[in-house]
Amino acid sequence: MKFGVVVFPGSNCDQDAVDTLELMGQHVVKLWHKDHDLQGSDFIILPGGFSYGDYLRTGAVARFSPIMNEVIAHANRGGYLLGICNGFQILAEARLVPGVLLRNTNQQYICKNVHLAPQSRDALLTAGLDKPAYKIPIAHGEGRYFADADTLKRLNDNGQVLFRYCNEAGEITDAANCNGSVENIAGVTNETKNVFGMMPHPERAADPALGNTDGRLILEQALKAVLV
Amino acid sequence: MEITESPNVGPLPTVETARKLGVLPEEFDRIGQILGRQPNFTELSIFSVMWSEHCSYKNSIVWLKTLPRDSDRMLAKAGEENAGLVDIGDGLACSFKIESHNHPSALEPYQGAATGVGGINRDIFTMGARPIAQLNSLRFGDLNLPKTRRLLRGVVKGIGDYGNAFGIPTVGGELYFDESYNTNPLVNAFSAGIVEVGKVAKATSYGVGNPVFIVGSATGKDGIHGATFASEDISDKSTEKLPAVQVGDPFMEKLLLEATLEIIATGYVIGIQDMGAAGIICSTSEMSAKGEHGMIIDLDKVPMRQPNMQPFEILLSESQERMLVVIEKGKEDVINQIFDKWDLNCAQIGEVTAPGPDGVGRLHFYRHGELVADVPAHDLVLGGGAPQYHREYREPAYIKEFEQFDADDVDDVETDEIADVARHLLSHPNICSRRWVYEQYDSMVGTANRSTNAPSDAAVVRIKTPEVGLSNKSIVITVDCNSRYVNANPRRGAMIAVAEAARNIVCSGGEPLAVTNNLNFGNPYVPEVYWQFVEAVQGMGEACRRFSTPVTGGNVSFYNQSSDDGPVFPTPTIGMLGLMEDPSHQMTLNFKAEGDWIYLLGPPTDDIASSEYLYSYRKVKASPAPLFDFETEWRVQEAIKTMIRHGWIKSAHDVSDGGLFVALAESAMAGNKGFQIDTVDRYRTDAFLFGESQSRVVITVSPDKLHEVEGYFNEGQTFVRLGVVTAADFVINDQTILTSAEAKDLYDNSLGRIMA
Repeated sequence: MKFGVVVFPGSNCDQDAVDTLELMGQHVVKLWHKDHDLQGSDFIILPGGFSYGDYLRTGAVARFSPIMNEVIAHANRGGYLLGICNGFQILAEARLVPGVLLRNTNQQYICKNVHLAPQSRDALLTAGLDKPAYKIPIAHGEGRYFADADTLKRLNDNGQVLFRYCNEAGEITDAANCNGSVENIAGVTNETKNVFGMMPHPERAADPALGNTDGRLILEQALKAVLV
Repeated sequence: MEITESPNVGPLPTVETARKLGVLPEEFDRIGQILGRQPNFTELSIFSVMWSEHCSYKNSIVWLKTLPRDSDRMLAKAGEENAGLVDIGDGLACSFKIESHNHPSALEPYQGAATGVGGINRDIFTMGARPIAQLNSLRFGDLNLPKTRRLLRGVVKGIGDYGNAFGIPTVGGELYFDESYNTNPLVNAFSAGIVEVGKVAKATSYGVGNPVFIVGSATGKDGIHGATFASEDISDKSTEKLPAVQVGDPFMEKLLLEATLEIIATGYVIGIQDMGAAGIICSTSEMSAKGEHGMIIDLDKVPMRQPNMQPFEILLSESQERMLVVIEKGKEDVINQIFDKWDLNCAQIGEVTAPGPDGVGRLHFYRHGELVADVPAHDLVLGGGAPQYHREYREPAYIKEFEQFDADDVDDVETDEIADVARHLLSHPNICSRRWVYEQYDSMVGTANRSTNAPSDAAVVRIKTPEVGLSNKSIVITVDCNSRYVNANPRRGAMIAVAEAARNIVCSGGEPLAVTNNLNFGNPYVPEVYWQFVEAVQGMGEACRRFSTPVTGGNVSFYNQSSDDGPVFPTPTIGMLGLMEDPSHQMTLNFKAEGDWIYLLGPPTDDIASSEYLYSYRKVKASPAPLFDFETEWRVQEAIKTMIRHGWIKSAHDVSDGGLFVALAESAMAGNKGFQIDTVDRYRTDAFLFGESQSRVVITVSPDKLHEVEGYFNEGQTFVRLGVVTAADFVINDQTILTSAEAKDLYDNSLGRIMA
């Protein structure tokens, strides 16, 4: 499988995504935002960062980048696409996943380790996860997931919620809801379950040298993809 | 060429105008001698910023030259380049520096702090080094004042918003409160980057006809006379100088970083320097003076944010995220293509000219086709013609008073008072967890922070960039200064700052290599303030010589004083770089397992001087700096290194603010453990638990290593076996002082509760 990591101006987790996938023995290429070529990538990653400075609204400008035409077409063909942090915000702006990301309830940027409870039993990214809680860092100012009641019902009914913020024991509590997301939602997938968005950074928790490899367990699920 | 009065040049200024620009009458005369005529307003403005303290170090350089600057790892000496450059082996070098943004942050905390972060990072990547980690050292006034909370909130958000978007992790720092900083907060930002030896870009300019480019942001009227502003006391008039504060754009900085590293990699760059203080005039003059050439610059070609900018405004503007680049003639297309790729401005504004017959390069600036300034580069810069002064100094009266402190006048703590002091210290803003601050910083971007899940006294960051790949080595970095100690005894206080920085690095598994310093003081024209400066520099120099950690550069910030509050505590912040060659040497501070033995390495004493306990609990403000002895310090640090290499210890945490008790509490809380210890009857209980005498480290040892460790200690170390690690709660002399839950709540949440 070949991974493609899109580099927008202002992306700053692109290299981390590349390093992590290479550490996992994967073939990775960087895709420049002005290009129109996915270079045959099977699995596209929109990395974290502050695309175009995020001065207007997080992800609002990046979705209009030239390469997003090809990324959206890839997703519509059923191709796999994962947005992490700013990448999730871009996916939401592009309506590739439902919902929006608002300012954290404490009005502050938050960077720390949190715990995630995997939810969907049939989405590629979570179906194989069997621990109650995964320790993964977050780093965002606008990560409070929100969707209206109808959308939430659909997400829950269709198994489209990927992760919820939880405590170390895997209990989904208010205290564990680090940014005030509705129903503790940390990540979602689209209806066809080929597009994934999540605020936490699994690529930051993949190298044993950094003392936490829970993120690697999540990213390894992507390798189970059956390509069509 | 003659320069006469004209619409572009304006009327010739008088000595009174000069004074308003911060130029002394004797300096005004000297400018006339250098030019051989009276300067016009543009030229006077040029001299005023270039000869300001901020750019010229005119009141400090005489003493800075006494600091040690050499070791076999030094690749660039202090002042030679934009930042210090240290050989870290494997063909790699670490470029690192600390810089203040105190004055702007006092007025506009958000932008002041943000642009401080931007500026220090440009100093690093202008050398071709990719920044990999940042630290900051922050000092504010009394946290009970709403103004202090506003400043803290703004500064932290400014650092966070800029550093987070720029994408370099903020991995540590310090935060300190004292009422001496009520008007003048201190904001010192540190950055470290990695570059291959031999690929370092220089801040120079030569080669007649080579093109001069300005790249990055357009130039606006922001930050004009910022350098001059930073060179005077803060007063109620200072808010009128708001235009002297710059505005930052981290997105632009990120693009500039990538584009700059790309053009340096082409090998066509002759010289490059970021535009910080004093903008275009500073970079053109410093690069030209260094390369012993001149420049001809057409100011009309500078991309500008607004029309009708005067020549002096263009020259002095401190608009952020800009660089001056001199490249080989004929390679203009290469640089244009790279900047086009990143959608950045890139404008050729002039070219390099030959030096005169006297070997001096001149700078010629044109506006609307007219020569508006003609100045010799050499005479503008530090080490060239910029003035250097010996200032008068005198020991302040309070020093003698502080020395007369007698601990016998202070009651020791009663047994039932220990818990009260413990609560006071764990919740004190100078000691409690900085979580409220550091969670607002991205500390993990770059996947190189080895301290995220392994807490230690200094930050451990592995060496990893797209350019040089992943190394087995890590840099170990810290910023330290207890300014209360420095105020009490500037010489010993500065030595302690160096010693503590080194101790933090050693306790994290690193080897101290070099120092960058940020010397924050009051008005240098006040002899008592200047005495603090002279003493502190001498103490720092002595300590750095003994630790073999040369000073690679840094920053002097004077005039941190106000008409109301007087000078800040003298604050010579030490930024220290260490190296950890072997990842297995990484040492953490958290307690690991129940039953592990807890030791105090280093001598217990009866010293309570200048401790947080004495100062804020006993409210005794006049006392000397804590005890410090270099030989003891060295012996303790060598012991820590030896024990780490033998794998004898499971944790190490230095004893600093709040004394032994706070060190034990921090190690316990970080490991979700407790402790049970006994004090030693020979010593005052308050001194034993809360005193801050130096050269002490809390370590833990598993029971099976006890014989090795005590055998080693008995060969010449002073130590106390304090007790054991327990599952929970803090027990001293068989009394439960605090439960873990209460301690954790006080420690973790006190700052957040005040800031909520």
